[in-house]
Amino acid sequence: MPDDKPDDKKVAVLGAGMHEWGKWGRPFVEYGLAAARDALADAGLGWRDMQFVSGADTIRNGYPGFVSGATFAQALGWTGARVSSVYAACASGAVAIANARAQILAGLCDVALVVGADTTPKGFFAPVGGDRKDDPDWLRFHLMGATNPTYFALYARRRMDRFGATEEDFAQVKVKNARHGLANPYARYRKEVTVDEVLSSPMVADPLRLLEICATSDGGAALVLSSMEFARRHAGGAAPLVTIDAVSTVTPTFPNTVIEMPNFSTDSAASTGGPEAGTAAGFRPSIATAAYAEAGIGPEDVSLAEVYDLSSALELDWYEDIGLCGEGEAEKLLRDGVTSLGGRVPVNPSGGLSCFGEAIPAQAIAQVCECVWQLRGAATGHQVEGATVAVTANQGLFGHGSSVLLSR
Amino acid sequence: MAPTRVPAVEGWFTTGNDGAAPALLGSRCEGCGTFAFPAEASYCRNPDCTSTSFETVELSRRGRIWSYTDARYQPPPPYRAADPYVPFCLVAVELAAEKLVVMGQVVAGVTVDELTVGDEVELVVDTLYTEDGCDYLVWKWRPLGATAPGQEA
Ligand SMILES: [Zn+2]
Repeated sequence: MPDDKPDDKKVAVLGAGMHEWGKWGRPFVEYGLAAARDALADAGLGWRDMQFVSGADTIRNGYPGFVSGATFAQALGWTGARVSSVYAACASGAVAIANARAQILAGLCDVALVVGADTTPKGFFAPVGGDRKDDPDWLRFHLMGATNPTYFALYARRRMDRFGATEEDFAQVKVKNARHGLANPYARYRKEVTVDEVLSSPMVADPLRLLEICATSDGGAALVLSSMEFARRHAGGAAPLVTIDAVSTVTPTFPNTVIEMPNFSTDSAASTGGPEAGTAAGFRPSIATAAYAEAGIGPEDVSLAEVYDLSSALELDWYEDIGLCGEGEAEKLLRDGVTSLGGRVPVNPSGGLSCFGEAIPAQAIAQVCECVWQLRGAATGHQVEGATVAVTANQGLFGHGSSVLLSR
Repeated sequence: MAPTRVPAVEGWFTTGNDGAAPALLGSRCEGCGTFAFPAEASYCRNPDCTSTSFETVELSRRGRIWSYTDARYQPPPPYRAADPYVPFCLVAVELAAEKLVVMGQVVAGVTVDELTVGDEVELVVDTLYTEDGCDYLVWKWRPLGATAPGQEA
């Protein structure tokens, strides 16, 4: 076989499709359906060819959202395809991909459709309604008023105090991503901003400002995945075949001593003789590490990364967590232009959450769509030249890691 | 007539009545010594421990700031904000003995400019919101060196 990597852990990405991100309040099924049809068309396959449909759930859209795989299957028209619906917070899309991949690698199906879509309320993410005194996600709002941005701000402030990050650094991340997203037809926000504009936007949770915190969006994304054998039989056209080489859906390792949304406290390291509280390498770095290990490559092989910039400052944490640089070196990478389009390893060439806002179950799938287009050389206006390997990373509430490695 | 003082959540902290100092109530695993807050009653988070016995313990009343921020905009329900809304600070606090980090609001009147990573803070119990003549209480952190929180005279 001419390929340098064995096929036993690879699946082919035959199609990628997205519905534009925005805020329309229409049923999430519409966005998912549009994305699915685009992905099928991109693959040159029909819905009836899909043997398995893997949905990423939304928890803010009632019962249809909890059984998203079946909801999308019904909207496309029942065909008897097997189904899976999964919720893993922000990592839902990656777990939906992992489920489809596992079916394919196990030989249980040849080709599968993965879909995630969301419709979101206005403003801060608030917990699901009702009096729920056993749910930490409800209690953190009730007892502390701790919104999502306050957790991101804790990390940002710590970067400032430990590594000398400045508010201008954080603003520069926003400026970079806004520029990246300008030509992306799926991005919700396509407008350049200046450092001054970022720094004069209202403070939300010190040191993070309004323009540095990702919005909540409507959107949908979908992929058609297949076995390598199926791809060889059906692939056509000039675009290079893109493969998913690893999917990491790791959970944390005890003791997880970094405070994480929506928790009140970290694990205790008192019994393990482990790292001091708050100083451990923590969960985030383990996420991409597991993907690299599975694919047998390292961060030095990566041409581009799509990471979860819930805040501008959090993108800097990710540079270190996915191994682009050592701890405390992210600001230098940013300042040197390494992570900008045209730099050595552009981060969030799509524009990231900064230009999209978060459509939770669609977001990890959208990260993969962007990587697919980048690796095909089809990311018009925001192309990373010569891209061969791409990595995505994100982290979902309640211990959900998500990282996907792709190559061509 | 002073309002009735009621914890906003049952069993998470002592209110410091009878002159005792208030404290967070956590659990300590009788098998391996792992602490948890809020208290665990049914399982230990240590993957190498299958103990089902836990004692309720008062956690350290002092710790050091791991990081801090503030909430400039009014949080959505179920937070019950005062009208008009007054921004507050939040801190994540490292407890040395328990080797864990725990969050909480900072007492009213403190701004982020007065906080630094590593500063020492002390636990107090303060009003979270008032409803139907009841003061609902929560734990908060007071920077040592800052003035005492606004407690009823
Ligand atoms: Zn134990």
